[in-house]
This record gives sequence, C-alpha cells and structure tokens, in this order.
Amino acid sequence: MFAYIIRRISYALPILVGVNVLTFYLFFVVNTPDDMARMHLGQKHVTAEAVEKWKAAHGYDKPLLINDDVDGIARVTETIFYEKSVRLFAFDFGFSDDGRDIGHDIRQRMLPSLAIALPALILGLLVNITFALLMAFFRGTYVDVSGVILCVVLMSISGMFYIIGGQYLLAKLLRLMPISGYDVGTDMVRFLVLPVLIGVVSGIGSGARWYRTFFLEEAGKDYVRTARAKGLSEPLVQFRHILRNALIPIVTGVVVVLPLLFMGSLLTESFFAIPGLGSYTIDAIRNQDFAIVRAMVFLGTVLYIIGLILVDITYTIVDPRVRLS
Amino acid sequence: MIKPVILWTDGLLFLLTALVVVFILYARGKPHIRQPWARIFRGRIAAASVVVLSAFVLVGLLDSIHYRLPLASNGNSSETHYAVEVLSVLDAVTGTLRTREEKSYSAPFATTLYVKETVDQPDGTQVRIYPRLQFGGAHLGDDLAYKSTDIMMRSGVSLLETLLAGALITLSLAWLLSLRHGCTARDMLRRILAGRTDVPWRVILITLGVLLFLIFLVANLASVYHVLGTDKVGKDVLYLSLKSIRTGLMIGTLTTLVMLPFAIFMGIVAGYARGWIDDVVQYVYTTLNSIPHVLLIAASILMLQVYVANNPELFETTLERSDIRLLFLCIILGITSWTGLCRLLRGESLKLREAEYIQAAVSFGVSHGRIMTRHILPNVMHIVLITVVLDFSGLVLAEAVLSYVGVGVDPSMNSWGNMINGARLEMAREPVVWWSLLSAFLFMFTLVLAANLFSDAVRDAFDPRTTDQQRD
Repeated sequence: MFAYIIRRISYALPILVGVNVLTFYLFFVVNTPDDMARMHLGQKHVTAEAVEKWKAAHGYDKPLLINDDVDGIARVTETIFYEKSVRLFAFDFGFSDDGRDIGHDIRQRMLPSLAIALPALILGLLVNITFALLMAFFRGTYVDVSGVILCVVLMSISGMFYIIGGQYLLAKLLRLMPISGYDVGTDMVRFLVLPVLIGVVSGIGSGARWYRTFFLEEAGKDYVRTARAKGLSEPLVQFRHILRNALIPIVTGVVVVLPLLFMGSLLTESFFAIPGLGSYTIDAIRNQDFAIVRAMVFLGTVLYIIGLILVDITYTIVDPRVRLS
Repeated sequence: MIKPVILWTDGLLFLLTALVVVFILYARGKPHIRQPWARIFRGRIAAASVVVLSAFVLVGLLDSIHYRLPLASNGNSSETHYAVEVLSVLDAVTGTLRTREEKSYSAPFATTLYVKETVDQPDGTQVRIYPRLQFGGAHLGDDLAYKSTDIMMRSGVSLLETLLAGALITLSLAWLLSLRHGCTARDMLRRILAGRTDVPWRVILITLGVLLFLIFLVANLASVYHVLGTDKVGKDVLYLSLKSIRTGLMIGTLTTLVMLPFAIFMGIVAGYARGWIDDVVQYVYTTLNSIPHVLLIAASILMLQVYVANNPELFETTLERSDIRLLFLCIILGITSWTGLCRLLRGESLKLREAEYIQAAVSFGVSHGRIMTRHILPNVMHIVLITVVLDFSGLVLAEAVLSYVGVGVDPSMNSWGNMINGARLEMAREPVVWWSLLSAFLFMFTLVLAANLFSDAVRDAFDPRTTDQQRD
C-alpha cells in the first residue's frame, strides 16, 4: 500500500511541473513584469524609474530564467522562475502584490471555506441519494418521470439565482437568518444555515439525476434479478444489493472533491461575504493580484491531484474487485 | 450605403451555420444518419424544445449581422464617413426599442420613474414627484387611468393576431403535409389536431403559437411601454435581454467549434497510435485538467486584459475590443473543456482499433490517416455530438458566473451575466429593483431548459447504451 502511494505521488510530480511551467509562461512570458507594472501603476505617464521601482518592490526585477550577474548556484536561484515558481513546491507562496503573506492568509481562510463546504457536501449527498433512490424505486412511473423533469428544471437555473432568491426570500422577506456575514464560535451556525441550505438545494437537480442513473444501472444487473428470483423483499434488494453497489461510483465521486473543499466556492463565499479561500480568489482576480492567483492555481492543482490519489486508494477499499497493481 | 461589419465571432458563427446546413444536406440522402434524428423529432418534449431553441438561434443570427450607418456627408468630400456605432439587423427589427432611453430605473409598464426627483415648476417652486417617463406610456398623455384598458386592448389585439397567424400556419402545414402523404388536406388537418402524426405537429404548433403570442404581445406593447422596465441608465431591459441572447449562444457554440478539431484530432490519434503519442496526449490533458478551470480562465483573461491595456491601438471600436474578448473567452473555455471529450475519444479509439473491420482495413493496406478519417472518425461522431449538445447549457450558465467573477465577457457587452451582476446590488435597496434580474432569469432559464431537454433527447437517440435498453 505504502509503495503504491509513493508511486502514485511520483506520477503526480510531472503534472505539477507542467502546471508550474504553464502558469509561469502565462504570467511572466506572455506579459512581461514591465507590462504588469504599467498596468498596476496606471497607463499614462509611467516613467521607467517608476516601473523599475515597482518591480524591485515586488521582487520582479530579476532575470526570468538565468541570472548572468552572479556565479554558482545563484545563477539559477536568483531568478524570477526560481523565486516565484519553484518555491511553490515547498508551499512557500511568497507575498501578494499588496504585500501580504499569502501562506498565512491561506491558512486562516481555509477553515471558513470548509465550514460551509463540508456540511453542504454531506447534507447534499444524503438528500441526493434519497431522491435518487425514490426515483429509481418508482422507475417508469409518474413519480420517476416528474422527478426527472423536476431535476432538469432545477438544473437549468443558474447557481446565482439560487443564492439571490434564497437571500431575498429567506433572509430579507422572512428574516429567518442574516443575509450575509460570518462569525466565529456558536454564532457561526446562524450565518452558515443559509449558504449550506442553498448549496444543497442548488445541487439537487444534477446530483439526484446523476445518482439515479447509477441506481438504474445496478438495478438492471443479473445479481439483482437473482436476488429477486430467490424471493428477497424489494426493500432488501434496494438497500442491501442495489444501494451498496451503486455507492461505489458515488463515494469515489465524492472523494475526488474532498480536498478541493478547502478552496471553497467562489459564488457562495462572495455573495455571503464569508472570509474563505473562494472570496479570497475572487478578490484577487478583481484586484488583479497576480501573485495570489498564481498561488491559488498551484494550490488548486495540488488538491485536485491529492483527490485523484485518494480516489484510487478508496477504490481498493470499497471495491474488493480492484487490486493494487 | 451602409457599411457591413464582420466581427470575428460573426464570421465563426456563420461558418458554424454553414457547416450545419451542409451537414443537413449531406444527411438527407443517408438513411442511417437520418434515422436517429428522426427519432429525436418524434419526441414531444424534444420537438417543443427545438422550436424554442430555433427562436433563440434566429434572434442570435439576426444580431450577428452587423453594419455601420453612413453619417450625413457635408457635400464637399466624396468620401463617406461612417458612424462609430455598430448596429445589427436585430436593432433594425426591434425598431425604436434601442433608442428610447429613459433617465434611470422604471418598473415594467410604468409611466413614471422609479425614484422621486426634485422638479422645477414653471412658477419657480420645486416639488418632489415621480417624473413622467419620456417614452414609456407617453401616448397616454394625461389620461393615466386609461393605461390598464390600453394594455388589455393591445393584448387582445395580439391574441387575435396570434390566432389568425396560427390558423394560417396550421392550414398551410396541413396542405403541405397532405401533398407529401397523398391524402386530403382535411384528413391531414384532422390528424394533426388529434395528435395522430409521426412528428408531433400539434405540440410544435402549440409551442409556436405561444411563441408567436409572446412576439405579437411584445411588438404591440413594447412600442409604447417598457415591458420589462428600464435599467440604471434608462435602457430598455427587454432590449438588453434580447441582445444578450447572442452572447449566450456564442459562448455555447463557438467554444465547442474552437475545441472540436483539437479534441477530435488528439483523441483519435492518441487512441489509434498508442505508445509515446498516447503518453504525451494523456500528459497534456491531465495537466490542463488538474488546474481548477475558473482559475485557469481567470489567469488567461487577466493576461488578456494586460495585453489589451498595453496595445490599445489594435482595436478600432469598443465593440471590436469586446468582440476579441468574447472570442478569447471562447478559446479559453474551449481549452478547459476539450479534455473530457478528448479522453472519451481516446478510449473509444483504443477500443475501435481492435475491431475486426479496422483490422481488415489494416490488412488491405489502407493508410493510417485514411483509417482514422474514414473508419474511426465516423464511428465516434455520436460521442462528439452528445458532448457538444450536453456542454451547451453548461457553458451558457458558466458565462454568468464568469462575468460575475469579473473574467467573463467585456463589461460593455450585453450579457445575462452582466445584467445579473448589475442588478444584484439593487436587491438591497428599498423598494427592490427586481425586473432586470427577473428578465435575465427568464431568458436564461428558457434557453438552458430547452437546451437541456434537447440534449437529453439527443443522448437517448445516439447513445448506443440507452437505445439497447429501449429495444429490450
């Protein structure tokens, strides 16, 4: 098992290198640091000195790949590529363009993101499985057909309307909870109810419909026919045979997103003013803070790859037919 | 003379339309291609959604024929100058909808502004009143009580027009079909009305009727009222929503057009050639897929912004600038979304290359290129089609989110995302300005719902797995 994990991680390294090179190319070669400096300082009447000063202040004043001014190992380390890209591998994110420690910000903002994403994921999973089971149980009847149509209708509504509608209806008209905001301690629950609820509701359409196909696929298999043929009751077939086998794709689908929960949701966090990583990213994009966007691209990739590795491991645990090889 | 303007996205959209037309002409003589399509059109829900989608596409196409009007010449120069403003055929069709701008917010069918303003009276005093709109309900004069009667009258006229046009369409359809089936028009009409036709004409006619009624209603009412209100700078929300259709369609279709050649080529080559080519392709798409898509899009759009800001001389009008950004957004979205299709195609080609007919082709000495284009490509086209149709609605929805994040289409461009973004803050004010949001919601919802229902039908008709189940 251990050797297998090590091998999977070593497969991931080339991908991380690729992502790193790609972001480096996007951020430093397509547009040079000079362009960035001019953009930040405003377009008109930017003197060369001002550009140099901005670059020096943010550490962009070194050569891109090879520094000819110094000797030895510093030829490679005293460059933008080493300082801004290679260091990411040690999770050293450096400083944002307005001088904040990105690593510190990320550590602080992970938890609020998780506080919303995790309950929403678990509740959403329960609700979706329940609906999907219901539709699969009544397959072919009006319950199933109207359920599928309802799912398609729910899927066709943009996530932003769920948020705006929920905020307006529940928070503004009915005054059940605050419209937006965040707090630590027990007060947190008050603020979290609405975003979690909306997260669950907005996911029902695609989730339930997707899971329904898993259940139907399992229900068509031979072992289910055997179970029915030997006279098992329908609930027993549904829960012991179909549900347990259909859970395999569902569980692996969930595991792959688990690490990404730290990244939070851009929309939810920004609409509800939650100080998580999602709103951090959105603010960075709006303020054109390239350092933060670069850090988030790297972090997101790492988390995604961790998710993929976790999926492989989960497969071997939940599905005995899969062997490590 | 007007001067036609062909934007990049216009050209690509017309290329796409031409491709679709060529495909239809090609498929007409091929029963095996026609058969699954015929099955789609036999479904009632699918047929209705096709009608709705066609209406959207028509508006989008009309809005993609751009031109610039000549300015009045001053006589002494033979050279004509053209207005900076680029118009489209849709602007001409909707008449004065574009130019009837109020001062600020006004509710649907309102005759006054939404907020009180201080107005100078002729006698020098000032009062705070809701000022009358310049255009909305201006024909009523001072007789404001007449408004509801006026709206009723106009709706009634629209209903009559719809019934008339509907009857005309139904009769001509019955006549045309009777020519083809060799029965009397009366028989055909009876069959259509009873819903006993292969293609569900009754459903199609009802959907068309509803659409026609909406069109007539809007045509009769929008010429004198702001049917969906006006936005912050007084623009008619109905006009904005109609103009946004083009943006949504562009994002949904051009993205696929941009990524298709890439995904098809890489997928088939990787699956067919295997070996190191396969490894390279797999590495490329795993890497691209590992980056969270929003972030990759954000990073690329930020870079484009820097580029445009530093090279302003390349873009003549603001429309051209926003057009380039739209095209670029489509390309970026294409880069992030080709990976899924590529993986599917690679898997399918891996499977197909072992099939007996491919082995036979190999032993006949058919070249690799010919095997891939003649034997593998046609047999993976159903996957391509399903993916394209499934992706469409997701892309339309993604546009709104990206515009909210600030990396979507240009802020000056009409799009549902920009409408939501602008209206979102107005939810906090009292009383609420709700109509922009509602219009964006209704238009988006209708398009996405129709697309989703249509894509379900396409998947059912083309996916071999589902058709097998139906045959059991």
